[in-house]
Amino acid sequence: MLRARNIVAVPARFRSYATARSPHSLVLIEHRDGVIQSGTLSALTAATQLGGPVTGLVVGAPGKIETILENAKRLKGLTALLHSSSPQYENPLAETVSPLLKSIIEAGSSPYTHIISSHSATARAILPRLAATLDVPAVSDVTSVEHSTSDGTTTYIRPIYAGNALATVRAPSDLKVNIFTVRGTAFSKAAADESGDAVEVKAVDPVEVPDSPTTHVNTSLQKSDRPDLGVATRVVSGGRALKNKETFDATLEPLADVLGAAVGASRAAVDDGYADNSLQVGQTGKVVAPELYIAIGISGAIQHLAGMKDSKFIVAINKDPEAPIHQVADAGLVADLFTAVPELVEKLKKA
Amino acid sequence: MRPTPANLLRVLVPIKRCVDYAVKIRVNPSQTGIDTNVKHSMNPFDEIAVEEALRLRERHKDLIKSIKVLTIGPPKSQETLRTALAMGADEAIHVETPADAPHGEPLGIAKAIAAVIAREKDGVDIVIMGKQAIDGDEGQTGQMVAGLMGWGQATFASSVTVNEGGTLNVNTEIDGGAEEVKVRMPAVITTDLRLNTPRYASLPNIMKAKKKPLTKVTPEELGVDLKPILETIKVTEPPKRVGGGKVENVDELVAKLKEAGIV
Repeated sequence: MLRARNIVAVPARFRSYATARSPHSLVLIEHRDGVIQSGTLSALTAATQLGGPVTGLVVGAPGKIETILENAKRLKGLTALLHSSSPQYENPLAETVSPLLKSIIEAGSSPYTHIISSHSATARAILPRLAATLDVPAVSDVTSVEHSTSDGTTTYIRPIYAGNALATVRAPSDLKVNIFTVRGTAFSKAAADESGDAVEVKAVDPVEVPDSPTTHVNTSLQKSDRPDLGVATRVVSGGRALKNKETFDATLEPLADVLGAAVGASRAAVDDGYADNSLQVGQTGKVVAPELYIAIGISGAIQHLAGMKDSKFIVAINKDPEAPIHQVADAGLVADLFTAVPELVEKLKKA
Repeated sequence: MRPTPANLLRVLVPIKRCVDYAVKIRVNPSQTGIDTNVKHSMNPFDEIAVEEALRLRERHKDLIKSIKVLTIGPPKSQETLRTALAMGADEAIHVETPADAPHGEPLGIAKAIAAVIAREKDGVDIVIMGKQAIDGDEGQTGQMVAGLMGWGQATFASSVTVNEGGTLNVNTEIDGGAEEVKVRMPAVITTDLRLNTPRYASLPNIMKAKKKPLTKVTPEELGVDLKPILETIKVTEPPKRVGGGKVENVDELVAKLKEAGIV
């Protein structure tokens, strides 16, 4: 039980300052296969909205972050760039990356007041762990952020109850550091076409974690040409009315292909085995907010609406005119989906 | 190092009483929160956590020594603990907070869980908990517990395997795919929806659950402060969505999509 000791030996939460610190954001730049993740671009926009300088942090394996650094330098809004490389960052794990962030925050002259990332699976694993070791709260999935320079507080808006309510929360000015993740669909994406000449690039020594309790075994990414459901700008979703897996695929895939859309599903469709769990849209699945959401054979139970009602344009195809989905749809078509969807595919091909 | 023999694992499952997922919530007129005078039930992700603990025991009969469930919440949270006991957990711990206390923040809750772990004289080898509660939607507590304890973590688990020699292999959901990690125990696992399908408690088991041990403890006894650090200024309704009405046929639908600049 030696490890339990560090519960007691938590660092002091509050520091006192003569005046409110001006904000300086540190944005975790997430990348995979040499490409900066799109969620990071939204996180960067949120960071610039705080006012004050914005520093990026690139963490990765040696020899694999050079392209990322070159591309990151061009991101609009970034004023400085830190990077740290070590073989242990090949696959970023919370156990190895959070000690690095902690050391950056706790360095004597650390100017950082806010640590920001997208609300990605990786960052969701890292930032709360970091927050606990720094003894500060974290704020998840924010849709709005504002920093008050007069009193040093930061105010966030974030959806709760699966988006059925919005909470406005305020972090006190004496918080050691603010840590939050950003809902990508709520912030525009920072442009990536600056010259980058003014960005100061600085290496940070990695914090080696000998004997990490967790090791990476392997990563298997879905080999699909379709965009990822969480970030797709268009989503085609099916429900129980699709009858079975064969008709689900045969009906939805041509439409998804013609629109370049991701495929989603209602919980009923997932429970009946028409679609994989990872495709579930709703309160217990993914929350999406694409430009276009087409709900096919979905009645629109509140649990499903919770996952997609922030979509910009909603189309419903359902033969029941009383289905609740029609109440939120921008265009509701009351028709048999097995004839309407193929017809829609044909007409979209010509359009 | 651990006080327990390597072949006897103690599982702790923290669970939360939440507004039932099927309830349409309403923001209260004073905008301080939501109307909580509605049906509550166990957070769905926590049901999956309880189920996984039970399945680990079914898969490895002699490996799991005990399954304890824990909740931090008002007196009514006891119902949630009884539900978990009826599903098959052995013992329950209730960190009881006043009925009118504000919702604890993940950091405070994580400290309370860590304090309970520190008090378990036989130790805890695996903490299994939901990836997020469906009320606050924070998704932080498991990671915070792991951070406070200095333990390994595997978040958004879709399958869990216990290995010889005190490690777990966990498949986790990441954006766009899956990742497998190997975690040394003691460890924290948070559950994704696809990990399993929770069982229903049968009536005889519900009756039996009433006799299972339930220990009460207060946050003060644990030495934790559950007062939120972040101040909730207000809770509001999201903007109402106005449906744009119906279209007559596919041609009209395509025209409307064109008009909206989508195709």
